[in-house]
Amino acid sequence: MRAIAEGLFTDEVPPRLVGGRNRATGRILFPCPPNADYEPWPLARQGTLWSYTVQRYRPKSPPYAGPDDFRPWAVAYVELPGETIVEARLADVELDAIRIGMKLELTLVPLDPAAADPVLTHAFRPLASDQGKSA
Amino acid sequence: MSDVCIVGIGIHPFGRTDGLSGLDQGVAAVRAALADAGVMWSDIQFAYGGSESAGNPDTMVERLGLTGVQFINVKNGCAAGGSALFSAQMAIKSGEFELGLAVGFDKHPRGAFNAMPAEYNLPDWYGEAGYMITTQFFGAKITRYMHEHGISRTTLGRVSEKAFRNGVHAPHAWRREPVALDAILDAPLVSDPYTKFMFCSPAEGGVALILASEKKARELGRPLIRLKAAAMRTRPAGSFEVFAPSIDIVRGGSSTMIASADAFRLAGIGPEDIAVAQLQDTEAGAEVMHMAENGFCKDGDQEQWLAEGWSEIGGKLPVNTDGGCLACGEPIGASGLRQVYENVVQLRGDGGGRQVPGNPKTAYSHVYGAPGVSAVAILER
Repeated sequence: MRAIAEGLFTDEVPPRLVGGRNRATGRILFPCPPNADYEPWPLARQGTLWSYTVQRYRPKSPPYAGPDDFRPWAVAYVELPGETIVEARLADVELDAIRIGMKLELTLVPLDPAAADPVLTHAFRPLASDQGKSA
Repeated sequence: MSDVCIVGIGIHPFGRTDGLSGLDQGVAAVRAALADAGVMWSDIQFAYGGSESAGNPDTMVERLGLTGVQFINVKNGCAAGGSALFSAQMAIKSGEFELGLAVGFDKHPRGAFNAMPAEYNLPDWYGEAGYMITTQFFGAKITRYMHEHGISRTTLGRVSEKAFRNGVHAPHAWRREPVALDAILDAPLVSDPYTKFMFCSPAEGGVALILASEKKARELGRPLIRLKAAAMRTRPAGSFEVFAPSIDIVRGGSSTMIASADAFRLAGIGPEDIAVAQLQDTEAGAEVMHMAENGFCKDGDQEQWLAEGWSEIGGKLPVNTDGGCLACGEPIGASGLRQVYENVVQLRGDGGGRQVPGNPKTAYSHVYGAPGVSAVAILER
């Protein structure tokens, strides 16, 4: 298993996304910009769903590198308290069960689940301890 | 300082025109605008032209005549047309020029726009993972807005319903058949909560506007349509734009808010003085949000506006009288100028079946593009 890009998440278990913190202003964003104004800044693993949509058609390739076989997926903006709001796929949730404000945690998912050596990308899934509460 | 006037308008119908290049459609629009103004190409002292995907606009001199005219190409995303107009009016305001052209045209492949990460200074993984999709941004943005301000999906549907109804009466529109509200709401989803009828499509078309100093306009004897304000602004901190891998928790304003405020300040009037408005509606929710961002209503009030028909032709502020991007499609380079074209038609009283009643004297147009550029123009007769 390979990461979709170097430096996008830490190699801890479980991992964290690597954002960037502006050395002068303290502003945090994701991913870490490749310039001297920003220092790498591992982000919180947990957050809340700020907004979302569902990708209902297969994006054009290039640039999309996912499988030809397409199933709709959810794309969310996840607020990491005190840091930033990151864009990420949602995993392990039914599309009609997604709610603004639901608690989420970072996970890594294969871009192509059927690939022999899949590329891993970041996603958020419902927080284990929060499941059932929202049901 | 004397006003800048729009003395000639021309359009090549939007949609799909097989056999004609984007440049062909731009040339057709310029010829129509020259005829409308009663001037020759050799009278034109300068031009600003916008095209995203159909070649460099200055190459149209080969077709229009090698007069040696100053011709500057403008590339500013979806705001290219608005930026061309802004630049053209500044040239006349400077006092150096009396008569010039703002032109835009485009011809895009079918299907959604296909942007590459590098064009937006984004890392390759962002596109590989499937985030380089404008409709995702539009869906996520309106989902949050609906949550915060109590906007229903029915209201989004009503925006599209109005667009297609207005487009019926606009000869330059692409979609000229009404679509029922239920059909709009029940159509296949593209990016939730939007269905296919709630997004505009990349398209083709061309628009040209001839601008003149007030002195020149009086010589030409055309109705004096004054460009009272043209403003173009980029995004402030904390805005929410397309292709954003992250956004700030502390939310800010938008390029539209500051361009709008600037334009009203320049024109010396307020939103309540506007009689007709063309607002960027690449998707149904964009019109909803832009009604508030341009100062025409408060966030959340759009629910009542659409239910009561206040933005219909004949309502208190008709919005997108030619069906906007939803009915016309979006040839990027031409789209912002189409809005100004439509406003000139309305101020001249030439709108036919889509004419705003009551002899409108003020008109407002607003175009928005990636990644956070907006242009606003205010016309007065």
